[in-house]
Amino acid sequence: MSDNEVAGHARSRMEGAFQPSPESGPTPPSQIYGHFSDENPEMVQFVDADGNRLETNETNAPYAQIVEEMTSEDARIIYRDLVLVRRIDAEGFALQRQGELGLWPSLLGQEAAQVGAGRALRDHDYAFPGYREHGVAWCRGVPPENLLGMFRGVNHGGWDSNENNFHLYTIVIGNQMLHAVGYAMGIAADGDMGTGDPDRDAAVMAFTGDGGTSQGDFNEALVFAAVTNAPTVFFVQNNQWAISEPNEKQFIIPPYQRARGFGFPGVLVDGNDPLATYAVAKDALDKARSGQGPTLIEAYTYRMGAHTTSDDPSKYRSSAEVEIWKEKDPIKRMRGFMAERNHADEEFFAAVDAEADEIAARVRKACQEMPDPELPTMFDHQYTEYHPLVEAEREEFLAYHAGFAEEGGQA
Amino acid sequence: MSGTRLSLAKGLNAGLRRAMEKDPKVVLMGEDVGKLGGVFRITEGLQKDFGDHRVMDTPLAESGIVGAAVGLALRGYRPVVEIQFDGFVYPAFDQIVSQVAKMHARSLGHLKLPLVIRIPCGGGIGAVEHHSESNEAYFAHTAGLRVVTCSNAADGYWMMQQAIESDDPVIFFEPKRRYHERGETEIDEGGTPELGLYDARVVREGSDATLLCYGPMVKTCLQAAEAAAEEGCNLEVVDLRTLSPLDLPTIMESVKKTRRAVIVHEAQTFVGMGAEIAARIQEECFYHLEAPVLRVGGYNIPYPPSRFEEEFLPTLDRVLDAVDRSLAH
Ligand SMILES: Cc1ncc(C[n+]2csc(CCOP(=O)(O)OP(=O)(O)O)c2C)c(N)n1
Repeated sequence: MSDNEVAGHARSRMEGAFQPSPESGPTPPSQIYGHFSDENPEMVQFVDADGNRLETNETNAPYAQIVEEMTSEDARIIYRDLVLVRRIDAEGFALQRQGELGLWPSLLGQEAAQVGAGRALRDHDYAFPGYREHGVAWCRGVPPENLLGMFRGVNHGGWDSNENNFHLYTIVIGNQMLHAVGYAMGIAADGDMGTGDPDRDAAVMAFTGDGGTSQGDFNEALVFAAVTNAPTVFFVQNNQWAISEPNEKQFIIPPYQRARGFGFPGVLVDGNDPLATYAVAKDALDKARSGQGPTLIEAYTYRMGAHTTSDDPSKYRSSAEVEIWKEKDPIKRMRGFMAERNHADEEFFAAVDAEADEIAARVRKACQEMPDPELPTMFDHQYTEYHPLVEAEREEFLAYHAGFAEEGGQA
Repeated sequence: MSGTRLSLAKGLNAGLRRAMEKDPKVVLMGEDVGKLGGVFRITEGLQKDFGDHRVMDTPLAESGIVGAAVGLALRGYRPVVEIQFDGFVYPAFDQIVSQVAKMHARSLGHLKLPLVIRIPCGGGIGAVEHHSESNEAYFAHTAGLRVVTCSNAADGYWMMQQAIESDDPVIFFEPKRRYHERGETEIDEGGTPELGLYDARVVREGSDATLLCYGPMVKTCLQAAEAAAEEGCNLEVVDLRTLSPLDLPTIMESVKKTRRAVIVHEAQTFVGMGAEIAARIQEECFYHLEAPVLRVGGYNIPYPPSRFEEEFLPTLDRVLDAVDRSLAH
């Protein structure tokens, strides 16, 4: 099946849903603009499916300089990230299948979106993720083993957010979008925006999926960011599915176009093109840091795997669709681009693969050795200050367990 | 400066002002809190004096207000948000119970959320629907939050400052029908608070039965105690002030002394604060009790149209009736 056929496939789904008829009113704009294909002329792309550099056009021109300024070293960093992140994700999936994790939400297919965004962030920027942002976590320097605790059930997030400026995962869809904006309002109030000092100016990036754009919090976040000019970049990974629900169940006007209605620009970017996601994210972050306000980026991509390890995508989508998106694989694209530009030799690619093996082994070992938390710690950190009820219940709990120890010698 | 008598509204305003003077990280946010000073004027004059960076009029979006305040707190600010009326906190409920309450624990103590959510609460002002609710039990039921309520100007003044100083998130209920009554307590603005934020107070000593109450009902219970005294019945009145955590030692001490307890609140009694308090009393004071613990509260219906509210809300007579039933045992 060719790309055109995929576009056709997507469109036929659409037509089924919104058969234009005199009764049903005008055709939804999303169909007119052809948003649900990846051939939307408004989509920023720099490389084709094989990694060939696309010509500069009206859409990608504003970001072309960023791509041209990327060095071989930059390209190698991004390639390495893509490969390692995919490998970490695969390890998470495997660990779930082996019973080491209760759940794993895979990022397979979304590596370019996350690495492009992640690498565009500077150290003192802050990221607010959903629950699938393992690639962003990697770019922020969060050790991949730390991502596992929550899915193994030993904690609700195993890292100190302020160490890498990467907030804890957020499960309730959309909540984090507001936290991001509030944090960005704080940056502005601190005067850490628009000073021209790159070591001072900061911005915040907030991540959610296509389904997340339907949430009230998402929309309230856009309102707050707009009216406060908070240095926020909203990064929507449109992987086209919210569990079993396709885009047309979430919106008529695509997210990037909705941004305009909130009062700031929206950009559609090919989410499988790492050069494009990096360039678009960097541009938006630069603008936010310099005081030019928020941007919404919609990275159009595809979730190659199941929603989580508990999901069965065969119930709601065709495998043909998945096959087509394999062709747009971000790693293949990056590698093609690097070959064309002589950015790396075979030795480099082999070294990255070897490193992926090492990291996978490390993550696996860390997961298997992750201890269950000690029982009384369940009561820890509930409040910052003394709380009589928590203390009383902790005592009760300890006394209860001590009773077993006395009876049978076993706690 | 000592001995000023302020209304509760003015006491709260003075408390907010003092907190803002002491700590530049304290910021206020909410709908209409700026120029207007809030619909109840609790923040009156603060924007003029502290600027619109510290007293922020926000979009009309409660989840947005609380969610953005979470982000500000994560950035090192101490936001105090105003929910305009009790019945409008529900759009923010998700942020409060899913995020505000859990942030410290889920981060294993790395993150603190020094956030105060002010909610004008309760009825008795003849308002339309959604303006008179007592929803404290939802928040007291949520682990990770602290829930307090004041009943007079001095407490409003001090408790507001203490809540803002707390590193835990505090839900702060303000009894709206007491906002503008003539001040009955004296505030020593330069002094120090008499009690901690999580302490109950015996506001009237007595020996025949204990009335346990908070917020708007403290005044009602004091009036009931005065009326009872005329008939020779000596009621003790305890203003709980803190709903989560409950100050159980003060409650138990009083009940062990009087051996009878009547809990009074505006909220519906079913699964309300009174149910929890009654259960705790029977666990700890079973052999001291002369009568079952009784509750006086709203009926189990949504807050009714205001023409009914005199019947819905506990009145002095309903309180005294419950006391009679307790004494009859
Ligand atoms: C408020 C809320 N409702 C429902 C869920 C259950 N849920 C988890 S993921 C998901 C779909 C999310 O889709 P999308 O935003 O597109 O993100 P994706 O998973 O595709 O990355 C749903 C419904 C949730 N976590 N939060």
